[in-house]
Amino acid sequence: MRHILSLLLENEAGALSRVSGLFSARAFNIESLTVAPTEDPTVSRMTLVTSGSDEIIEQITKHLNKLVDVIKVIDLSESRHIERELLLIKLSAKNESRDEIKRLVDIFRGHIIDVTDSSYTIEMTGSGEKLDAFIDALDRKLILEVVRSGVSGIARGDKAI
Amino acid sequence: MAKSKEILRGAEIFIRALKDEGVKHLFGYPGGAVLHIYDELYKQEDVEHILVRHEQGAVHAADGYARATGLPGVVLVTSGPGATNTITGIATAYMDSIPLVVFTGQVPTHLIGNDAFQEVDAIGITRPCVKHNFLVKDVRDLASTMKRAFYVATTGRPGPVVVDIPKDITADSCEYEYPDTVDMRSYRPVVRGHPGQIKRAASLILSAKKPMIYAGGGVILSNASEVLIAFTRLLGYPITNTLMGLGGYPATDKQFIGMLGMHGTYEANMAMHNCDVLIAIGARFDDRVTGDLEQFCPYAKIVQIDIDPSSIAKNVPVDIPIVGDVKHVLTDLTALIKASREKPDAESLKIWWDQIKEWQSINCLKFDRSTEVIKPQYVIEKLYELTKGEAYVTSDVGQHQMWAAQFYKFDKPRRWINSGGLGTMGFGLPAAMGVKLAFPNDIVACITGEASLVMCIQELSTCLQYGLPVKVINLNNRYMGMVRQWQEFFYAGRYSHSYMEAIPDFVKLAESFGHTGMRIEKTADVEAALKEALAMEDKLVLMDFITDQTENVYPMIASGKGQHEMHLAPERELA
Repeated sequence: MRHILSLLLENEAGALSRVSGLFSARAFNIESLTVAPTEDPTVSRMTLVTSGSDEIIEQITKHLNKLVDVIKVIDLSESRHIERELLLIKLSAKNESRDEIKRLVDIFRGHIIDVTDSSYTIEMTGSGEKLDAFIDALDRKLILEVVRSGVSGIARGDKAI
Repeated sequence: MAKSKEILRGAEIFIRALKDEGVKHLFGYPGGAVLHIYDELYKQEDVEHILVRHEQGAVHAADGYARATGLPGVVLVTSGPGATNTITGIATAYMDSIPLVVFTGQVPTHLIGNDAFQEVDAIGITRPCVKHNFLVKDVRDLASTMKRAFYVATTGRPGPVVVDIPKDITADSCEYEYPDTVDMRSYRPVVRGHPGQIKRAASLILSAKKPMIYAGGGVILSNASEVLIAFTRLLGYPITNTLMGLGGYPATDKQFIGMLGMHGTYEANMAMHNCDVLIAIGARFDDRVTGDLEQFCPYAKIVQIDIDPSSIAKNVPVDIPIVGDVKHVLTDLTALIKASREKPDAESLKIWWDQIKEWQSINCLKFDRSTEVIKPQYVIEKLYELTKGEAYVTSDVGQHQMWAAQFYKFDKPRRWINSGGLGTMGFGLPAAMGVKLAFPNDIVACITGEASLVMCIQELSTCLQYGLPVKVINLNNRYMGMVRQWQEFFYAGRYSHSYMEAIPDFVKLAESFGHTGMRIEKTADVEAALKEALAMEDKLVLMDFITDQTENVYPMIASGKGQHEMHLAPERELA
């Protein structure tokens, strides 16, 4: 099963490699990983998407907690939460396809953020599923470049990590 | 505190911090990146530096020192190859949870990443085999980083910590102050067990009809032997130790039924397989213990006590997990059982012990003492008798290691020093050196084989320089014995590269290093030779015992088999 783990960790050089090294050393899956400093510059927030049986997820959580740089680990998928991912996509946009793309971007509530005579660059946020659906709706031949941020997540309600 | 306001150079801070940490011995090898530190070492006498002959030897020596004393072992090496040579030693300590602090020199900060001379990414290369590591980027962080390194290495589940110090940091200056305490928001090991879990465990333990106590290295690391003895005697239950746990419970006690696992006793493995309640204490269900996981302890409810949550239910599902330090948890558990005034079911326990005694009667460790050619087990048995079980025994890895574990009966913790997890050949001699440094008045024996011994043989020089007269018991069967044994069993006797065609003359070798060598070829000479060697208290004696080439370690659970599917020695195999 897919799980979204949220971590607070010391914003130290090497902290990221400790986490990624743990996953490769113990043959755990890693689907995506994003990390950036929080309002406290000494602390980074990481969102990590992984999959595995309950036993594997338990081991992943325990091993993450064991890393000396990790302050806190929560499994967002255990309760109500919001997940978002950012997509930046560059499409070939010429002649009649320009209108078609624009309509599709509107339907998916994205924005065209850069335009040339022959291309559009589009920004879109949403769940990974929504972004997949958008990409699937496009004519493959039009896609020049895809950049995805990986999932960021936060719990619903007033509870904070 | 006028003293704490002194302005010191990084190299001086390093030495002062070691003193303030109470470090007495430092195992190391100099080189360019640590020359400022070595210059400061030269000017003082509080920290004794032991110059090894290879950095791997430094780490194993510090590791042996740590295992025997319970104090952290401390190592200092230079950058580049100095750092890479420590890796095997660090990984050895990591697998067995041994507290070490390894200081590696690094090229000056401005050269890092430039492929400078003797540069290696020590932080990156050690990351998978350390508990934690630190790169010091500012001299003002040096003292506090050292304090944190010792704290992390020695608390919680212990382990090796690396501190990488660029050369310019050791030349820079700042105010020196060594912190008294450490507080890390991201590192707070749990020590006390959860009272609710302890209560549940107590009632399950008391309800057992066929109980089994399975105690590992965690008992030794947490100095919990006495508490374990009290707990075990209170209940009257049978107990086994893992390879790492030997000495944690007295081997000569009647409740002890031997080591378990691949080369454990028949009775210990059968009791594991048939028990209805398993009490795992500071043991991590290693594959060499469990055999086939599908068949492991099929009838048992399992209680597991471990300080490391990630060790709990890692390989085997656990019914009652208790996270905490073994000593604390066992103390609470024992008190609770006493207070409950409930007693184990005496009748069931008697039936269970009768069954165990029947298994014991097979005498699975029996071997032939009447041969002219020396049986390796006999040498260890005699060593045990002559040292009255009081020696510190280190070993290398292979058949001799298993025989040492089977035939030297350890009644005290921290006397049995071996590389259990990583299985590092070459560990024994330098580890013995570290132990002898810590306990100069005790007998320290290194039980080894001719293949393992030469892997760190250079440390014979260090032993001479520092007057460390360990006794090397070389069980020389002219084979990598355990490899040969597997090839005999599983590869139809194709002894691929397990025979050493050019074995040195160990007597001359010992003499050339300034020590005493002995060669013993007959069973009848074993005892006298050991006596003679042990009487030479101030001499390192390398005893080259020419042993039976065909001897195998029994019992044996083949890889992938269940605990109850042991092979006994051919003449003892059950129908």
